[in-house]
Amino acid sequence: MTEAPAILPARGAGDRLTALFWRRPRVLLALLLAPPLLWLGVVYLGSLVALLLQSFYSIDEFSGIVKPEFTLKTYAELLRAQNMDIILRTLLMAVLVTAASVVIAFPIAYYAARFARGRWKAVFYLGVMLPLWSSYLVKVYAWKLILAREGILTWIADHTGTGPLLARALEEQWFGGSSLSTSPVGTFLVFVYIWMPYMILPMQAALERVPGSLLEAASDLGASRGQTFRTVVLPLALPGVVAGSIFTFSLTLGDYIIPQIIGNSARFIGLAVYQFQGTAGNLPLAAAFAVVPIAIMLVYLWIAKRMGAFDAL
Amino acid sequence: MTLPAVEFRSVSRHFGTVRAVDQVDLTIAEGAFFAMLGPSGSGKTTCLRLISGFEKPTGGSIRIHGQDVSDVPPNRRNVNTVFQDYALFPHMSVRDNVAYGLMVKGTPKRQRLDRAEDLLSLVKLPGYGDRKPGQLSGGQRQRVALARALINEPRVLLLDEPLGALDLKLREAMQDELKALQKRLGITFVFVTHDQHEALSMADSLAVFNQGKIAQIGTPAEVYARPKTRFVADFVGSSNVLPPALTQALGGPAAWASLRPESVRLAAPGAVAGVVTAIRYLGAGSRVVLRMGETELAALVPTGDALPDIGTPCGIAFDPAALHVMEGA
Repeated sequence: MTEAPAILPARGAGDRLTALFWRRPRVLLALLLAPPLLWLGVVYLGSLVALLLQSFYSIDEFSGIVKPEFTLKTYAELLRAQNMDIILRTLLMAVLVTAASVVIAFPIAYYAARFARGRWKAVFYLGVMLPLWSSYLVKVYAWKLILAREGILTWIADHTGTGPLLARALEEQWFGGSSLSTSPVGTFLVFVYIWMPYMILPMQAALERVPGSLLEAASDLGASRGQTFRTVVLPLALPGVVAGSIFTFSLTLGDYIIPQIIGNSARFIGLAVYQFQGTAGNLPLAAAFAVVPIAIMLVYLWIAKRMGAFDAL
Repeated sequence: MTLPAVEFRSVSRHFGTVRAVDQVDLTIAEGAFFAMLGPSGSGKTTCLRLISGFEKPTGGSIRIHGQDVSDVPPNRRNVNTVFQDYALFPHMSVRDNVAYGLMVKGTPKRQRLDRAEDLLSLVKLPGYGDRKPGQLSGGQRQRVALARALINEPRVLLLDEPLGALDLKLREAMQDELKALQKRLGITFVFVTHDQHEALSMADSLAVFNQGKIAQIGTPAEVYARPKTRFVADFVGSSNVLPPALTQALGGPAAWASLRPESVRLAAPGAVAGVVTAIRYLGAGSRVVLRMGETELAALVPTGDALPDIGTPCGIAFDPAALHVMEGA
């Protein structure tokens, strides 16, 4: 009987490479991490740092040339009434859009996570994802038609006798307009629609991870539906809600297209950045504006952490 | 006269065409340690969930302490459950987990946390209140689940395979503890298990489930010694099931019978003989399997006694009283 060798012969470069990685696991790790780290470190964070630096420069008011000297003058400009107006309007819109998204998305996500099975689960995913596959601009313009004075919403209002009510609401100073498509209400509705999938999906993922036996245990111990929801479902789903709200909140803070197409042309941060760096050529002020959402998000995450949103992670 | 703790009157639970529980009649006496034993899919867990209210019967009625609970949701039944996976709330401390039942009732904070501490002492985990469930071992989690289920002082405690996830040593220790706890508290325990040793050693009485029906109900000794059907004989203690012809050849009537392996002694080949096909060493004894025509028959030979060789012919001897003729097929 011939003895089989204890060590099998290497079959080629693949086997030799496998042996190298087995002896030096760090080589594999370095090879895997180098490209993304280069990308993230240099291209991604680098551009962000460049932006931050710009915000500490200022523009010469006569020549319109950027002076590369450290100053907080540009940030002081942010505090001017018309600029604070932009910031507060954007912040309010982001808060309202996020709140509405949570309220609308939760039942959908809850249904999908707890009850939908098989075919209905597929229908859910398709329904939520389908809008993401079509062009953003097409969706926004579709909404412009829906919300227009001659659009379907006005038509429905007229035919259900709520036309006068709608007209009355549009007369309201701080959110009205000549039609829904030129009012802040319109901007709000389109924001909620466009960002909805980004709220539903993380919520659904979080709810899916809550075992059904926990809900049964709560009920078994005497909790009503409401108590189970408050003490078990909500705390465990909170990381998902926060994740979703980070999306809707930051996307609303930075968007510059929807307020241009739908609404009363009041400026939002994204639009301000777009205009200051483009037409106005005021790169430092655009950069300072771009820092605002980053600062707001950091504060938001800090508050969320303080409130224990990530405790269940 | 005391009412039974749990009473099933021809209760059914069908899932589409699957009859998970099929016309079950069952009476569990107050203060009993009752085991529901059966293989997976036999309907025992569904029966437990019918008592807790997580399943609604598709037919029949369920009474708990004489009261019909058919329309009562789980949170209003004075019954608590120790779940198979323990189902501890991962975001709460152990103390808050245990106090949960009192919290939802609106008991003041001080009072309920004191009571939680008492129960943690009862299950031998004093001082563990500040930890999170994730920081505990499997056996400790099991105790927390038990304490949590006991805090509402239920009249019936349901246990769904509570020891299934524990290793053997811990399981045996917990069996003794659960039994002692039940004696001390006097609460009715209803215990679901697929482990016949667990059911036999812990229960005062037990029901053996098979395909959604109760195959036999009785004390462990009754069920073990006098199985009603072939299924019970085979499932509870892996008894030898003898077909009518063999029973007759061994001196019994022409009917199905059961014969415990520990009642069988090996002897010189006689009128009835077989061939040794397998020997399995079990520690305290060895299980010797004989092939007799179509039937396999096992004998338990105590360690120290001589063992035959595989392939040799062998006869058997037994006390005629040990041969139990079954009523059912």
